[in-house]
Amino acid sequence: MDLKQMKDYIYWLYFQYLLVTCSYVLEPWEQSMFHTITITVVAMVVYTAYVFIPIHIRLAFEFFSQIFG
Amino acid sequence: MFPLKLGHCSLNKEIGVIVINSLWQQIPGGFGKIHHITQNGGLYKRPFNEAFEETPMLVAVLTYVGYGILTLFGYLRDFLRYWKIEKCHNATEREEQRDFVPLYQDFENFYTRNLYMRIRDSWNRPICSVPGGKVDLLERVSHDYNWTFTYTGKVIKDIINMGSYNYLGFAENAGPSKIPVTKVLSQYGCGMCSTRQEMGNVDKHEELETLLARYLGVESALAYGMGFATNSMNIPALVGKGCLILSDELNHASLVLGARLSGATIRIFKHNNMQSLEKLLKDAIVYGQPRTHRPWKKILIIVEGIYSMEGSIVRLPEVIALKKKYKSYLYLDEAHSIGALGPNGRGVVEYFGLDPEDVDIMMGTFTKSFGAAGGYIGGKKELIDYLRVHSHSAVYATSLSPPVVQQIITTMKCIMGEDGTTLGKQRIQQLAENTRYFRRRLKELGFIIYGNEDSPVVPLMLYMPAKIGAFGREMLKRHIGVVVVGFPATPIIESRARICLSAIHTKEILDIALKKIDEVGDLLMLKYSRHRQVPLLDRPFDETTYEETED
Repeated sequence: MDLKQMKDYIYWLYFQYLLVTCSYVLEPWEQSMFHTITITVVAMVVYTAYVFIPIHIRLAFEFFSQIFG
Repeated sequence: MFPLKLGHCSLNKEIGVIVINSLWQQIPGGFGKIHHITQNGGLYKRPFNEAFEETPMLVAVLTYVGYGILTLFGYLRDFLRYWKIEKCHNATEREEQRDFVPLYQDFENFYTRNLYMRIRDSWNRPICSVPGGKVDLLERVSHDYNWTFTYTGKVIKDIINMGSYNYLGFAENAGPSKIPVTKVLSQYGCGMCSTRQEMGNVDKHEELETLLARYLGVESALAYGMGFATNSMNIPALVGKGCLILSDELNHASLVLGARLSGATIRIFKHNNMQSLEKLLKDAIVYGQPRTHRPWKKILIIVEGIYSMEGSIVRLPEVIALKKKYKSYLYLDEAHSIGALGPNGRGVVEYFGLDPEDVDIMMGTFTKSFGAAGGYIGGKKELIDYLRVHSHSAVYATSLSPPVVQQIITTMKCIMGEDGTTLGKQRIQQLAENTRYFRRRLKELGFIIYGNEDSPVVPLMLYMPAKIGAFGREMLKRHIGVVVVGFPATPIIESRARICLSAIHTKEILDIALKKIDEVGDLLMLKYSRHRQVPLLDRPFDETTYEETED
């Protein structure tokens, strides 16, 4: 039962995404193109964040620990 | 009657543009409309509650993002069409006319081709029954993404009709007017094939006009065969060069067209904003005509009773006070309010308890509450006699068809209670009850609803372009027919569904409709309202956002 609710909720979220981005009214090929672009952009952002944020945090930590001793 | 169409699809482009311009200019100072609930004590005999909830910032941003994405895809598709990569369905410039003025390159065409086409299935649906409380629709499908439609031959039965301007429910194939209309049809035939001034004037027309004058409480009245032409052809007969027209910014296209055709100077005041109107009036009196500074020959204020896109009611007591103060004339278009407002259905004048004598030109239509066709003008006898001779739609138009006249007479008598029943009275009360109930419930559910609490036109805000199409489709799936409206009939971000209530809707029907709207509202996340009612001390009028209209 919970699984079904979960599925409904995920479908609802997907529907909201379709509506807000207006991909709801796009033709299927446009839709797949749009999804590809969105997924690529999001994936790149996530990957960049994963790679660079720890480094920056570490550098910042070192910098501040040098200042405040 | 019921076409699910792009609002007043003919709504004048310029009006759309003007509204958008003002919207763009307002954006830096916070999003457009401000809430207001005001009661201008002395003038109003009843509370006047009108609210336009502010567009939530996030929603506005997302709406623009949506339009941005659609525009980008529009450019992509135009590019593909240009290089013949995909088949071009729409009209294009001809090769041999390349050096002529381009016909299909403005924003409206881009919008129609790339945005409107995608959700076109929610508009212009053919119906195949009486547009009463319930209606039958022809089922149709599109195999090429709304460029063409084919009919499956099936009929979708019993759709709850929330789209017709059938305020008093007189659009019916049974009821009080059926027998008299059939009788008149067999006696007079269906058309007169001549104008009123020639052979087309029959006793029925005279009967209608006498009754109409009595109904409106004016000296004399004149009926026309077309509501739109009543506006667009009579304003030029009343004012001309050297006159000034003060027009509400949201006036209907017919009024805009009439005002333009007249050749008078037009100045536009903010929607229902009396400070703006007074400023224009004052300036007109003080400065007179541009350059020559001669006084204006006539100043005509043009307002509507109920604005069909905003659901707002004109602040008539204040307009009349201003009109008297500055000695101008008042043209009141009661297209939506006649029959629908007031304890006896006599429109916005009765609603505010005012004297019909104070309105110089009372205009209205028979297409809405009376379930017929045509329009009228009421006023002083001299005015009507003048119009009878000088108005183009009285001189050149074929006279009203007698069965239509009979329909109007019968329904009008029914509304006045002169047919010996209380049916008319009951329907007026039912409509008022339905309006209050429906608006209150929608507000409770959390939707953003525009307009006056007594207006039977209920605009439900959708904002995002994909939601226009989705709302129409989802409601139809649940067997409810609503009219969705988008640009160019509204400002580009304020897309809405316009629900029109009728006396023929029973409480059960309304409850079903509300339940379905609630469902769809949850599905599409339409419950934007934050219930933040800001009781301002006075009406909002910010000198800085007021645009001067130059001529």
